[in-house]
Amino acid sequence: MFDWLSYDFMVTALWAVLLMVPLMALLGTMVVNNRMSFFSDALGHSALTGVAVGVVAGVSDYRWMLVGFGVVFALLMNRIRRSRLSSTDTVIGVFSSVGVALGLALLSAHGNLSNYQSLLVGDILSITGEELTVLALALAVTVALWLVCFNGFFAVSVSPALAKSKGLPTALLDNLFVVLVAVVVMLAIRWVGLLLINAMLILPAASARNVARSMRSYHLLSVVFGLFSGVVGLALSYYQGIATGPAIILVLAAVFFGTFLLRKK
Amino acid sequence: MSGCGLHCLKINHITVKAGGNTLVEDVSLHAHCGEITALIGRNGAGKSTLFRALLGEVPHSGEVVFTGHNGTPAKHKPRIGYVPQSLNLDEGSPATVLDLAVAYTSRWPAFLPVPGKLRRDIAAHFDKFEAADLLDKPAGRLSGGERQRVLLAIATRPHPDMLVLDEPVSGVDEAGLLRFYDLLEQLRQEDMVILLISHDLTYVRQHADRVVLLDQRVLVKGAPDEVFASPQFRQAFPKGGVR
Repeated sequence: MFDWLSYDFMVTALWAVLLMVPLMALLGTMVVNNRMSFFSDALGHSALTGVAVGVVAGVSDYRWMLVGFGVVFALLMNRIRRSRLSSTDTVIGVFSSVGVALGLALLSAHGNLSNYQSLLVGDILSITGEELTVLALALAVTVALWLVCFNGFFAVSVSPALAKSKGLPTALLDNLFVVLVAVVVMLAIRWVGLLLINAMLILPAASARNVARSMRSYHLLSVVFGLFSGVVGLALSYYQGIATGPAIILVLAAVFFGTFLLRKK
Repeated sequence: MSGCGLHCLKINHITVKAGGNTLVEDVSLHAHCGEITALIGRNGAGKSTLFRALLGEVPHSGEVVFTGHNGTPAKHKPRIGYVPQSLNLDEGSPATVLDLAVAYTSRWPAFLPVPGKLRRDIAAHFDKFEAADLLDKPAGRLSGGERQRVLLAIATRPHPDMLVLDEPVSGVDEAGLLRFYDLLEQLRQEDMVILLISHDLTYVRQHADRVVLLDQRVLVKGAPDEVFASPQFRQAFPKGGVR
C-alpha cells in the first residue's frame, strides 16, 4: 500500500504536501471569509509577469523576484479592492488579464516562452530539500502570525468599522494578510502551477465551510480535508501516472462536492 | 453622572469630502454622559459618514474632543463602543456569536478552543443583554433583534466611554426595537456618551435627550420636541417620519 513511498522523490513530495497543504488551507479560510477568491486567482496569474520581470532583469534565480513582485501586485490590487469602487471585481479581472498577457509577451519577446510552461501546471515532484526548509519556515511564520493576528484579520473581515472602534490597525492588518497570501502563493507556484494554485487555496476552506459550525471546526476541517486530499492525490498520481497537482485538486473537488451534499441546513 | 471622567464629547466643525462631493459639512455638536443624542435625517444625509469620521475610518477635517469634568481634557484616550448596521457575514458562515465575541473582545485566538473562564466571562456579560443563549448560534443567521443585542454586548466589552449606534433601517421587529431601547435606557445609567442614528422617530421622541437633524450639515438641534416642531423637520420628514 505504501510502496509509492519507496522512492526518495516521493517521500520529499509527501513532505512538501504535508507542509504546503496546511499552509494553504489556513490562509484559504480567510480568503474565503473575505470573498477574495477572485483576488487570489489574479495574484496567481500575475506570477507569469513576475517571472518575466526576473528574466528581463537577468536574474538567474527568479524565486525571490517572484515573491517581491507578488507583494507589490497584491498591495496594488488591495488598494483598489479597498477603494469601494462598485466595479472592484472588474478591475481585479483587468489586473489578472494584464498579469498573464504581460508575462507571456515579455517571455515570448525573449524567445523562451516554452521554458516556463511548467509554471502553468507546476511540478511538486521537483521540490528539493532546501525548498522544503523554506516551506517549513513559511508554515511556521504563518502559524505564528495566525496566533497573533487572526482575531484582527477576522474582525476586519466581518466589519472594518467595528474593528476600527476596537482600536485595531485595520489597514495594516488588511495589507499584512494580502502580503502573506502573496508570499505563500508565489513560493508555492512552481510546485502547484498558476492554473491550479487558487484551487489549492480555496477548496479546503470551501469544503470545510460546507460542514463547519464554528471557527475552530472550520480551521480544523480545512486542514484535515487539505491533508487528506494532498496525500490521496499524491498516491493517486503515482499509481495512475497523472500529474500530482491536478490529482490533488481533483480529490479536493470530490471532497468539496461530498461536503456540499452534507452541508449544514 | 459624576465619576465618569469623561463628561462631554465635542464634535467641532467636522467636514468629510470624497470624490469631489461634500458628504458632511461643518458639523458641530456636543453630546453628554448619561444622555442619548439621536442623529436623524433622510437616507444619504451623511449620518453614517459622520460616525465613520468619529471612528477615524474616513479622512476628515475638524476635531473630535473628549473633555472631563469642568471642560478639562479627558485623562485617557476614550474607548468607543460601536454598533454597526450590519456585518459582512452570510448565512453559510461558520462563525458563531462566541467566535465574534472572542475575536472582538479578547486576545485569545478565536480559531482555537475557547478556555472555560473566557467563555463564562463572555456569557456573564452577554447575559445582561439577553444574549447569553445565542453564543453557540451561527452569527450569520441571527434575527435583526438578536444581532443588535449581540453587537451591543460586543460594543460594551470593555465598558466604553462613548457608545455609537447605527440602527439598522430594517429587519428588526417591534418587539426587538422595544428590547433594544430598554437596554439603551439601562446603559444610559452607566455613564457613557450615547450617540444614536435612528430611523424610528417614535422611539427617538420617547428616549432621546437631544436630537440633531442632519442633511450634510446640521439643520436643527435641541430637545426632541423642539426639533420635531421645527419647519426643517417638517421639510425633511413631510409624513412625520414614522416607518
